[in-house]
Amino acid sequence: MARELTPPAIAADYARARRRGRLESLALVAPLLVFIIVTFAAPIAAMLTRSFYTPEFADIMPRTEEALSAWQPGALPSDAVVEAVSADLIAANEAKTIGRAASRFNFEFPGGRTLLTQTARALGGEPARTLADLVALDPRWGAPATWAAMALVAKRVTGIHYLAALDLRLDDAYAIVPEREQNQIYITLFLRTLWVAGLVTFLCLALGYPVAFVLAHLPIKMSNLLMILVLLPFWTSLLVRTTSWIVLLQSQGVINDLLVGTGFIANDQRLAMIYNATGTITAMTHILLPFMVLPLYSVMRTIPSSYARAARSMGASPMTTFLRVYAPLTLPGVGAGGLLVFILALGYYITPALVGGQSGQLISNIIAFHMQSSLNWGLAAALGAILLGGVLGLYLVYARVFGVERMRFA
Amino acid sequence: MTPNGGPIWVRIIAGAVLAFLMLPILVIVPLSFNAEPYFTFTPAMLSLDPDGYSLRWYRDIFQNPQWLQAIQNSFIIGISATVIATGLGTLAALGLARSELPARGLIMGLLISPLIVPLVIAATGMFFFYSNLGLTGTTLGLVLAHAALGTPFVVVTVLATLSGFDRSLPRAAASLGADPLTVFTRVTLPVIFPGVASGALFAFITSFDEVVMVLFIGGPEQRTIPRQMWAGLREQISPTILAVATLLIVLSVILLVSIEALRRRSAKLAAAKLNGG
Repeated sequence: MARELTPPAIAADYARARRRGRLESLALVAPLLVFIIVTFAAPIAAMLTRSFYTPEFADIMPRTEEALSAWQPGALPSDAVVEAVSADLIAANEAKTIGRAASRFNFEFPGGRTLLTQTARALGGEPARTLADLVALDPRWGAPATWAAMALVAKRVTGIHYLAALDLRLDDAYAIVPEREQNQIYITLFLRTLWVAGLVTFLCLALGYPVAFVLAHLPIKMSNLLMILVLLPFWTSLLVRTTSWIVLLQSQGVINDLLVGTGFIANDQRLAMIYNATGTITAMTHILLPFMVLPLYSVMRTIPSSYARAARSMGASPMTTFLRVYAPLTLPGVGAGGLLVFILALGYYITPALVGGQSGQLISNIIAFHMQSSLNWGLAAALGAILLGGVLGLYLVYARVFGVERMRFA
Repeated sequence: MTPNGGPIWVRIIAGAVLAFLMLPILVIVPLSFNAEPYFTFTPAMLSLDPDGYSLRWYRDIFQNPQWLQAIQNSFIIGISATVIATGLGTLAALGLARSELPARGLIMGLLISPLIVPLVIAATGMFFFYSNLGLTGTTLGLVLAHAALGTPFVVVTVLATLSGFDRSLPRAAASLGADPLTVFTRVTLPVIFPGVASGALFAFITSFDEVVMVLFIGGPEQRTIPRQMWAGLREQISPTILAVATLLIVLSVILLVSIEALRRRSAKLAAAKLNGG
């Protein structure tokens, strides 16, 4: 090789090698990165935009969007607005898109579906000229609240879904007020989700800590063997484990039969242990426990036994040794396991849906409901965005403190 | 102090917790042989009367076209998703293991995110995306969705084996004239194989066990085993589910044993390297 070995030449070679190394490593990562962005991250981001961008109504009723764009709440429409709205209704009725616009309106204005569809049909082919024409078809057109609600729905970019997700709404004067009492469910659900996730995390810690401790203080051959008892549930299908709990806990189930058979309770006093919050919490704790044991175990394995011996030799009681020396050293495992269990519990859907009954439903269940049954996608997206925001925030903490590589699953 | 597992009362608590982990799963196994259509132990079963036991629920699975279709779907979707996830995940891990990679933390965070994003949110996003592409109710759509969920496991396990990988080995092979493909298949892959295989098993079980995506983006043609169980638990509950669950438990034992064997092999390789072997 007739290359110069002057410092600048070496530096240039080095820079070139580094550039090539970067490109090579990027080329290796790129296929998966593109795959995840296209099939996973971008679809989620696109779905979340529905939480503030709802063009369905405006697309179907463009003249209405235009006419109501600077609406003053409390006002009644001019003849020009009436004509725009009724022309849109007629056009949408002919294009058979009225149903979608009416459903959208119905979410913000109870009864709005029939108001729009019936008015559209009653108008026939002739747009209304004055407000009185519309009121003659349905008296609700004479109320300022109807128009205020329609002006809100006609907006493409809107914050109403986030308000609804937080049990708030805009009143007829567009002031933010609490949702009507019978509709206040989301804050309760968020709080219940936090409470269940917190309780499950605590139970996993309380149950997992002694297991990890014993496994970490046994000879390695023995602990590998016992670890199978932790790992087998982990590898067993979520639905199998949920089935188990139904079999065990239902009112004609194994545990109730046992209690009745041994005379602890009478046949008509069978315990309601499932299809409520208790069922959700029991099954979730069982399913998430291995996620707590594994990080605890790997941290405890690395704590030298000489630390505890040193503390004991200097006169500390076993309790003090544990509390002042051993337990603080296990905190990284407690943090990693606890955060992971909490994050996973926040998004639980299958288990609450199967064993949760009414009182055991979590926020994911209501998101699925609005997605699949009520079809209020804007609200589902807003609830999802709040949940995902919380989860990603905690994930960021996890990544910063423990590093994502530490996210071990067996 | 000999390693004896700590004070006796801690060992008793730990034993009870391990029983809490295992018993609910084990209780299903005998109940799946129930001769009666009940979800609880009959007097005949408790007195170990052979007439109390039967294989009728197992026969049920294999005579029911819905279950047979579900088993077939689960394997087709699971294996396809595993192939995609393992290929993409292994390549990405090879790149992530190199120190030159720019924005490593960000990329890693994004690649691992399918593990922690609530499934309902992921499934909702994919539902809209796939319906625009006409992929809802298709096997391809589910394969892609499950592959995305499985890749983080492959990345993490392969990356773990690569952390013990001697980077001078591929360089030595290259300097002896091997082209990059030969270096990978003859040098790198044999060393990281345990990680790749465990990642693949994780990816497979993730797909095999997944039901939320199936509920949101799968159609009637894509009913998998978990989807069938979901329907059974919500609608017409039949002890056939217990027989299926028992078979799934057997499958998880097989997978667990395979993973443990791979882990031992990987540990052996690492030990050999430490000894200069």
